[in-house]
Amino acid sequence: MERFDVIVIGGGVVGTAVLRSLAAYKAKVLLLEKSSDVATGASRANSGIVHAGYDAETGTKKAYFNVKGAAMFPSLTRELHVPYRMVGSLVAAKEGGLPAIKALYERGVNNGVKVEIIEREKIEALEPNIAPDIKYALYAPEAGVVSPYKLTIAQADHAVVNGAEIRLEEKVVGISESAGGYLVVTDKAEYHASYVVNAAGAGAVEINALLGESTPEMKHAVGDYYILDSKAAGVVNTVVFPLPDEKGKGILVAPTADGNVILGPTSRVVPHDEAEINAVTREGLALVREGVGKLIPKVDMRSVIRVYAGTRTAVGGDFIIEESCKFKNYFMLLGICSPGLTSAPAIGEYVAEKVSAALHLQKKEAMRPLPPRFRLTEASDEDIKAKIALDPSYGRIVCRCEKVTEGEILSAIHSPLPAHTVDAVKRRVRAGMGRCQGGFCRPRVMEILSRELSIPLSEVRLGDKGSEIAPYEVKDGYGKI
Amino acid sequence: MERFDVVIIGGGPAGMAAALGARESGASVAILERDDRLGGILNQCIHNGFGLHYFGEELTGPEYAKRFRDQVTKDGGIKVFLEAMVLSLTEDRLVRAISPTAGLLEIEAGSVVLAMGCRERSAGAIALAGTRPAGIYTAGMAQRLSNIDGYLVGKEVVILGSGDIGLIMARRMTSEGAKVKLVAEIMPFSSGLKRNIVQCLNDYDIPLRYSTTVTRVAGEGRLVGVYVAPVDDKMVPDLSREEYIPCDTLLLSVGLIPENDLLNGSKVEMSRVTSGAVVDEYRQTSVPGVFSAGNVLHVHDLVDNVSEEAFVAGRSAAGFARGELSGGDTVNVLPSQGVRYALPQRIHKGEGKIKIYFRVDKVYQGRTVVVKCGEEVIRKKKTLVMAPGEMQNIEIDASLVTGDVSIYTEE
Amino acid sequence: MNTTCIMCPMGCSLTIEEIGGAITVKGNGCPRGEKYGRAEYTHPERVVTTLLKGAFGGVVSVKTDRPIPKDKIGDLLAWAASYRLERAVSTGDVIEENAADTGANIVATSDFIMK
Repeated sequence: MERFDVIVIGGGVVGTAVLRSLAAYKAKVLLLEKSSDVATGASRANSGIVHAGYDAETGTKKAYFNVKGAAMFPSLTRELHVPYRMVGSLVAAKEGGLPAIKALYERGVNNGVKVEIIEREKIEALEPNIAPDIKYALYAPEAGVVSPYKLTIAQADHAVVNGAEIRLEEKVVGISESAGGYLVVTDKAEYHASYVVNAAGAGAVEINALLGESTPEMKHAVGDYYILDSKAAGVVNTVVFPLPDEKGKGILVAPTADGNVILGPTSRVVPHDEAEINAVTREGLALVREGVGKLIPKVDMRSVIRVYAGTRTAVGGDFIIEESCKFKNYFMLLGICSPGLTSAPAIGEYVAEKVSAALHLQKKEAMRPLPPRFRLTEASDEDIKAKIALDPSYGRIVCRCEKVTEGEILSAIHSPLPAHTVDAVKRRVRAGMGRCQGGFCRPRVMEILSRELSIPLSEVRLGDKGSEIAPYEVKDGYGKI
Repeated sequence: MERFDVVIIGGGPAGMAAALGARESGASVAILERDDRLGGILNQCIHNGFGLHYFGEELTGPEYAKRFRDQVTKDGGIKVFLEAMVLSLTEDRLVRAISPTAGLLEIEAGSVVLAMGCRERSAGAIALAGTRPAGIYTAGMAQRLSNIDGYLVGKEVVILGSGDIGLIMARRMTSEGAKVKLVAEIMPFSSGLKRNIVQCLNDYDIPLRYSTTVTRVAGEGRLVGVYVAPVDDKMVPDLSREEYIPCDTLLLSVGLIPENDLLNGSKVEMSRVTSGAVVDEYRQTSVPGVFSAGNVLHVHDLVDNVSEEAFVAGRSAAGFARGELSGGDTVNVLPSQGVRYALPQRIHKGEGKIKIYFRVDKVYQGRTVVVKCGEEVIRKKKTLVMAPGEMQNIEIDASLVTGDVSIYTEE
Repeated sequence: MNTTCIMCPMGCSLTIEEIGGAITVKGNGCPRGEKYGRAEYTHPERVVTTLLKGAFGGVVSVKTDRPIPKDKIGDLLAWAASYRLERAVSTGDVIEENAADTGANIVATSDFIMK
């Protein structure tokens, strides 16, 4: 049986942040993820906003980790080469909304966030396309946008580069106390860990149950989103929110860190067994369109390139970030919904400090840096020429919409945490994320995966098991139906 | 830096015909093709029905492509860059491209012919509700996986949209042993050719339901079924009549979009109807020396028309490069009353015949197409039937053109 | 028998009946429809295009070099499903003569290199 100092369960933005922070210590650490990649749950399908921190109630964990996390983003994303832009955010209100804006302003000030109440003229200067009846806004210049899955993947890669291990498609099916630690049983193997961190997101309740730990009631809310073509970029410059209501922060309009425009989300409560299905609804999309019309009516819905849904899981009003009272060295991260993405890096550091104190771990002298990925669209002519001269595959465009080369795809397949599905490649290098949505490049990406993984094309998957894209050879089934 | 009189972006049917047109006029010609061979999408269209107008015989897609490829590569007079993707095109016709063999290429072009073709509308573009499992494809993607790679995407199929690729794939999947359970078409008519409805659907007893759409999809890893519902005349589905159809595959044949991304931010005037450039009868865009032809200009239903149009564009581009393309004032061609668009959108006054291509907005029987200049009718043509899916054309005499021309249908 | 005429975009709905050896076509708008309906009733034919698999992988596109009777399409496709190509071919090469006894030859419509 393999023995680890720490096992982290769940490869979302929180789990990988914990793993990366742990990789700074001299310890044997492992992350277990049931899916085919990291960032396949809430960390993939969310708004990608780095919240400034005025929204969470003062004194809560949400407020603390939000503000602390947000401050880490500029240097963290530079270090991990993750798309991030500090575009600022607006909470936009009509006539009569000023008291609510003032309340948010007060909270922002109390939370230590840079906020400002602005009126029509300045709002228009920031957002020329804002709806005509918007009169006031809370402006938070330090809010930003980030690619949530790229951050998760980069944290995972950086952890792996620094000696951490990640095992994908391993579902934890049992946890029990054993010899001063825990026996962690998966559908593939058994491990011993001195410390276990439950960062399983929507699945955290099942992990707790395996050990016999109780979980407060979880509430799952699905949100529908639209993504617009990069051609629509410019219709909005900052993250524009409506006034928040009891359901949450409301339907926003924002640029994405990768240059698209995002609209959404709705908030539809679903039962626990539907928390990971993520189905878009027509009614939800209609609500998004309605909400967007109230903020930026000029958004052109003909430039939609994708719709998707994501689930936020909450437990009560605040994050639960604590060691179990019942089980020593078992740490729980529950209900890390919004502002979870913003908070994740700070949560990672916090948990790593707790774990290292419990296990008396020594810090490494330094962490190895994560090498940057070559990106054709961001490289200079000289760099492009040099790269192609060295490796011609960087001159072969596979995804024409996003200008992704074969070389970039190969580097994703052979990254520290290798991509072995079409979606995993897509999340790393954007092949298939453009306006044709993989219409042309998906078969090409499949061919490359088939070749690199030495598997027949019929076994190439979109994502998790059972998602084979072209499962049969021609002729094989003839007459058998 | 290399220089060619005519640089053609795209080596599909349009690009190859344009190259031949330009070459015939004595120009030095280069084709920049992003794939590793010439022919474009024709290479995966293994069905027949191509070439009846152009070659007077029925060919399959690969055969049609080969006829042109053989001519293009015949004497080495046309320089072909394969796996060469154009990254940018400037107003003074500097073409920047990359390829694995040539690296970063910069080519100076006397004139440019845009021949990049079109792409299929995706599930995202139609905001398809439901989950995001494997099993949802554009028809062309499934066609490529089958006809080039030799792999079948599924066994129980629903097709949304009755465009020609969808109809062709219905037959293709059936002949590989798959069961096509339904073709759903949101419109009350098909944009596909009659012949394809008969020979791809009726021959195999595949049901086609008009005014019906897919409202959502289900399945996590792999598609397990789709919901369909009838739509009203505003194309709003009646969800109370939603019906579940178990299937592992949904093919989308819901429209083609000219792939003009290269022109984003350029000064080339675009048509909101065709999503292609606005051109004159030489297929010259609003930017002098930049020409456009084939599906990147407007989506065609017959490749024969693509070849014909692109040949003209190539020949004209060669003329421009030599400084011999006649300029002068143009007048507008304005569609109305039943005509959705007409192309070219601008024509020169002068000599000779000009063929105007157009599409109607719905099915018309026994209508007359009228071309008018001012108050004067310059051409009239009685038609038996016109459908949106079948491009029409009418020839006018350029010498009768004195001002803006309108084209419309009447009883 | 009912069918749709494909001679022009009109797509007339044809009803073809045989009474006492005489074939009548109804619903056609022109003489071409009459001829088409008669042919569809007496001897409907199609050119068939499909793929053949290479014995060691890969596929090649093929067609029948002439229309075959519609009721033989199934036989031809069954033959194609079981056939494995064991040599390189070029566009236009005859791969199989009188395939599946349809009276048509199977001709390559693209080039095939052995894997």
